[in-house]
Amino acid sequence: MDTASSTLLLELGVVVLALAIVARLARRVGLPAIPFYLLAGLAFGQGGIADVGAAEQFIEVGAEIGVILMLLMLGLEYSAEELVTNLRRSVGAGVVDMVLNFVPGLAAGLLLGWDLLPSVLLGGVTYISSSGVVAKLLADLDRVGNRETPVVLTLLVIEDLAMAAYLPIVGGILFGGSPAKTVVTVVGAMVVVAAVLGMALRWGDRVSSLALSGSSEVLMLTLLGVTLVVAGLAERIQLSAAVGAFLVGIALSGEVASLGRGLLLPLRNLFAAVFFMFFGLSVDPTLIPEVALVAGSLALVTTVTKVATGWWAAGREGIGKRGRMRAGTALVARGEFSIVIATLGVQREADLGALAAAYVISLAVIGPLLSRFADSLATLTDGRAGYPRAGHSRPSV
Amino acid sequence: MLASRVVSWWKMVTADEGDWDMVDVIETPMPGVGVRYGMTARSGRALGVVSHHTGRRDLIVYDAADPDAALVAVELTEDEGKALGELLGGSRIVEQIQDLVHQVEGLMIDWVRVGEDAELAHETLGNAAVRTKTGASVVALVRGDEAIPAPGPDDQLLPGDTAVVVGTPHAVRALAQLLHSER
Repeated sequence: MDTASSTLLLELGVVVLALAIVARLARRVGLPAIPFYLLAGLAFGQGGIADVGAAEQFIEVGAEIGVILMLLMLGLEYSAEELVTNLRRSVGAGVVDMVLNFVPGLAAGLLLGWDLLPSVLLGGVTYISSSGVVAKLLADLDRVGNRETPVVLTLLVIEDLAMAAYLPIVGGILFGGSPAKTVVTVVGAMVVVAAVLGMALRWGDRVSSLALSGSSEVLMLTLLGVTLVVAGLAERIQLSAAVGAFLVGIALSGEVASLGRGLLLPLRNLFAAVFFMFFGLSVDPTLIPEVALVAGSLALVTTVTKVATGWWAAGREGIGKRGRMRAGTALVARGEFSIVIATLGVQREADLGALAAAYVISLAVIGPLLSRFADSLATLTDGRAGYPRAGHSRPSV
Repeated sequence: MLASRVVSWWKMVTADEGDWDMVDVIETPMPGVGVRYGMTARSGRALGVVSHHTGRRDLIVYDAADPDAALVAVELTEDEGKALGELLGGSRIVEQIQDLVHQVEGLMIDWVRVGEDAELAHETLGNAAVRTKTGASVVALVRGDEAIPAPGPDDQLLPGDTAVVVGTPHAVRALAQLLHSER
């Protein structure tokens, strides 16, 4: 075997093994793996522990596939109908969520003297909670059946849907050139997104049954192939590959979606881990100390704003104090999508990568911790359970 | 607001007292997970079922001190959920009809016991002409252990039968009135 390919295998093996070790560590301490993957990336990167030169190209492509698979899986979670109904019914909560959590990031970017685009991206980073971390958290803490859980899930859906609108807009600004051209790109992207959603609502079942096959191998290859093609096409028309993959996931429903989730999960786990590490790699670790203060303050402010969002939204559903605190703290964790968004702007603003990495690492740890102690936090606020008295105007369950 | 709504009033008429016992079951969609059903028992405890898209069912008993929080969550497979439903007095028809309710907004399904002296007791469905009178239809009759899934005009409404009635809430209430009230 020639040295180049053996070096590649060795380096790749070391990288994947390192990911396995940090994921195991994360599990041991009961925290999400994302911050650990990011830290691993930072450690491997410029000036870090080891050099992964030869494997870098593979990791770069793998990272891109990781984003696509994450968004595809996200889309597979929801049907178009669920998205549209939720959007219609909970748009108010979605707007509050966006205003409270997007503005701090945007403001911080502008205060740092950044251009508009990286500031808008930082707003996205602080806005979007991590569906993955939150879903895992709710399951781990046995809170899936709780009354506040639908509130949390609804907010997550709206955020995810907002991403489908946000990414093309940012993409439009990023590649647009003249203002007129940007507007055309953005409007075009919106039309495509709306058209796909409409088609998924109408013909989703038929499209899904086309993909169905008796063999899981065929189904997996079909799903992966279709998604990559659509993502590539979407990228070509500047809609962003991630949004293309998300739309494929939305369009598929029923049996194909549930089988597909099972089949693609191991692939998603591998490539998503590679993606987070790659992001860590692309950040210059020496920038972290410089941005630590900003990242910390931003994390503090947006922890409060997320808790406020959940608190308010759960309150509207007649949920008691402890439930409101659980809903608020559950939403604090930021993760995969904040990193996906930050990726778009690291070329323009080197500090954005370092800031997003530090921010996500802290909130992906703080969020789950706060969530675990939500009940005690709620009790702390006034020293008693603080549940509305019976007969209060709240639904019976 | 979430899309919560009261799905069904399982009305049961005890033949001798004509007493209505209503249970509000609240349905809340859980995007990406499924649907949560919740109710509060007369004893004051809140109960719930999370019906996952995958077929999994979680039986939830809520904390008495904090009725938003699941105190116990028991994970059941689809079959186990069905078995438990049977034990608790449901029937397979209920489930099928519930599916129907989920598909059509504004539609109400009710189970009405035909009273001993009801206006329509012993009438055939043809003669009773309930749809013309009230706008609601009788889509099934349950007589003892036997079910008549799609009763024809010649099928009789016997006292003690349970009629499965479908229509707008208003029409269903009107028909229920006819089925249990005295002449």
